[in-house]
Amino acid sequence: MGRDIALSIRRDDAIAKISGEAKYTCDVKFENMLYGKTLRSKIARGKIKSIKYPSLPEGYYIVDKDDVPKPNKLKILKSDMSVFAQDVVNYVGEPIALVVGEDKEIIDNILSKIEVEYENIQPILTLEEGLNTKEPIYGDNNLFADYVVEKGDINEVKNRASYVYEGEYETGYQEQFYLETQGIIADFKDGKITIYGSMQCPYYIKNALLDFFKADSDKIRVVQLTTGGGFGGKEDYPSLIAAQAAAASIKCKRPVKIVYDRDEDIEFTTKRHPSKIKLKSYLDDNFKVIGMEADIILDGGAYASLSEVVLQRAMFAISGVYNIENLYVKGRAVATNKAISGAFRGFGAPQAFFAIEIHMEHIAKKFNLNPLDFKINNLIKRGDKSSTGGTFRDEIKLKEMIKRAEIMSSYNEKKSRFKEERKEGKLKGIGMSLFFHGGGFTGSGERDHIKAKVKLLKKIDETVEILISNVEMGQGAMTTSRKIVAYTLNIPIEKVIFENPDTDRVPDSGPTVASRTTVVVGELLREAAEELKNRWNENETLIVEADYKYPEGYEWDGDKFKGDAYTSYSFGVNVVEVEVDSITYESTIKNVYAVYDIGQAIDERIVKGQIDGGIVQGLGYAGIEVMENKEGRFLQRTSSDYIIPTSKDVPYIYSELLCEPFKYGPYGAKALGELTFVGSPPAYALSVEDALGLEISNIPVRPENILEVLRHGK
Amino acid sequence: MENKIKFILNGEEVEVLCSPVKRLLDVLRDDFNLSGAKEGCGKGECGACSVLIDGKLINSCLYPAQMAEGKEVLTIEGLKKSRIFEILSESFIDAGAVQCGFCTPGMIMASYALLRKNPNPTEEDIREGLSGNLCRCTGYNMIIEAVKMAAKRGEGLW
Ligand code: FES
Ligand code: FES
Repeated sequence: MGRDIALSIRRDDAIAKISGEAKYTCDVKFENMLYGKTLRSKIARGKIKSIKYPSLPEGYYIVDKDDVPKPNKLKILKSDMSVFAQDVVNYVGEPIALVVGEDKEIIDNILSKIEVEYENIQPILTLEEGLNTKEPIYGDNNLFADYVVEKGDINEVKNRASYVYEGEYETGYQEQFYLETQGIIADFKDGKITIYGSMQCPYYIKNALLDFFKADSDKIRVVQLTTGGGFGGKEDYPSLIAAQAAAASIKCKRPVKIVYDRDEDIEFTTKRHPSKIKLKSYLDDNFKVIGMEADIILDGGAYASLSEVVLQRAMFAISGVYNIENLYVKGRAVATNKAISGAFRGFGAPQAFFAIEIHMEHIAKKFNLNPLDFKINNLIKRGDKSSTGGTFRDEIKLKEMIKRAEIMSSYNEKKSRFKEERKEGKLKGIGMSLFFHGGGFTGSGERDHIKAKVKLLKKIDETVEILISNVEMGQGAMTTSRKIVAYTLNIPIEKVIFENPDTDRVPDSGPTVASRTTVVVGELLREAAEELKNRWNENETLIVEADYKYPEGYEWDGDKFKGDAYTSYSFGVNVVEVEVDSITYESTIKNVYAVYDIGQAIDERIVKGQIDGGIVQGLGYAGIEVMENKEGRFLQRTSSDYIIPTSKDVPYIYSELLCEPFKYGPYGAKALGELTFVGSPPAYALSVEDALGLEISNIPVRPENILEVLRHGK
Repeated sequence: MENKIKFILNGEEVEVLCSPVKRLLDVLRDDFNLSGAKEGCGKGECGACSVLIDGKLINSCLYPAQMAEGKEVLTIEGLKKSRIFEILSESFIDAGAVQCGFCTPGMIMASYALLRKNPNPTEEDIREGLSGNLCRCTGYNMIIEAVKMAAKRGEGLW
């Protein structure tokens, strides 16, 4: 293969997807297969007093709590969630039972006849209620996590600060809306459960099921099928569906398939955590931010899921790209009686970066400073300490990147031109955001929990198969992994094989999350390929393995949250330009410019695809993707109400790379997938703010809210 | 109640016995085993189920089978045999327009429907023409690039 790894190659998975031959879960049929549909709670919180099932036609089954082993708890990080509601329900849509059979219409009919009698309990629906409740959903204090991160001495700073600025910021829900809804098939045969389906983390499912069914390791097998997008939404949730489908297959002795309807998926599966963030900054007389207090509250929904780690990432990112030497960060993830908040591209970082970027801009405005100069004056540089006291070890190119973004977007010229045009009634605005993303798991996750292992298998025909548990879900993992191996071995790419993972064949190289597949797993593949190259002639067939090693010189104390929360950081600068309609206050996005430092690009076209896709999801998050909860139900709960961007809502995106390679990433690669999401929400909000000359502190930015602010002041 | 419905599917005359209100999407997927048209929403919002009926782009999830009577239905499996498909698919690959792929067959059908009507579309025409097809992965620009590329490469064929 060619010697410039960045040069794009054809994606091997593309043709089968284009022609419709690729088999997603909905396309796969097994002989004698049955379908399962979920009976869900109709209330937000209560006890189940009784369930009356109708008599079932031959070949139809009910699967519920009585069909699963005790204690009926699924282990994600904590074990607080039942696979089928035990005797309480905690959100509208919580699964109570499955109706299983051959004909979907008959299943629907049975579902409509089931009567559940509840005893209502006052639900917790807001963060305030969740923080002050006497009837906690979770633990004693109703918090899935309650942390503090400290750096320096915030009290000392309070005495010497010349200026203080305080602000409060809010972000809303966001639904992943992967185009392929959740889907799982379970097949129980000869004492062994095999799970097929749409997923990001085959071993998460395997481990969750091993624990749930108390099975031996060889009795559970998980096979990924072509997966139509994940974005975090298929990180933990498929484990729940898999446990339900497996219980059904055990009971019915036939394969059972569960594929969600879109509306079911929108309303009931995991979403991005809404947040409320208070920031209070202390500045010296040169307008250096010398200290900051932060209070971050995330709405975790009804069960713990991944809230604690999402919260950690939000807390560690809260000082943004700024060198703030004294910090006091409080973080809480609150339980509420709503659908579970889980993983979504960025994993807490988008909420934090929205808050800090808006906060910095508002400080500058308050004290009549040029926002960009003010931000640059406070930027981190190599050698500075991160929020957790780790060290930024590599060169930080942010200043150059900002320059580049200014030139690409004619930022300064437009800033002043738009000001003039606004006087003539054209509401144009431009905004810039600066951000980073830490690559891989937070803290020592890679070292202590994941312990990734990869294998390469050299076959008799001189092809090499990659054996890892990371999945292709659209992001290009198949292509980048093959490129790294082919490049290292210096063999044609066609000689390197990547099949969808099957836990009976592949080792646990960890989940497909946290932008870790290229940086962490890719590096292990490079190491394994290096070894295979040296031993190539040793035998006709060979297996080479590589295990994760924590890079030397880094440190992390997970109890105190001290040290290097991440081993590498990727950076970005985004510029968004909008025009706001002066009557409806709808915004049109006119231009987007982006500069990133992702270390070495492994495939430029795949990189561009991640950039465009991430930015557009971020723009949706900040603009049109509205999801509100009233009395426990989402108002936007169907594909007709929950709106995501179409081809008409986004412009061309100008992007460039300006990269600083990372010593421990394959050929210098750093994290990419999530980074591309993080910057566009604040840049969008700032551009609308610029266009309207008012302060925006909440996303999604909605015309109704703008009108409200204009009428009543903020 | 079941009806006998006759139509032309990918150039061949076919007959199916089903409820007249069965969704065409289910007829294609269940009765004919053509799984290229996908269900992304089932409500006419996403275009993943796009097929052409008498040359017009429709969402097969909203289309009752009975209405196909006597009409020509073209799915991705039918288009696949043509030179046009080759041009479209090569352009999609070269432009990086495919990620998870769940929207892709529908996007190809929508692109074909657009180019048949308008062989030299402007960028705006393309954005309009594909606006009924959602994609959550690509942010659309690389798909638009692909359609531009295909328009050029297939000049005279549309
Ligand atoms: S499935 Fe038909 S439009 Fe979405
Ligand atoms: S490629 Fe995934 S939805 Fe379009």
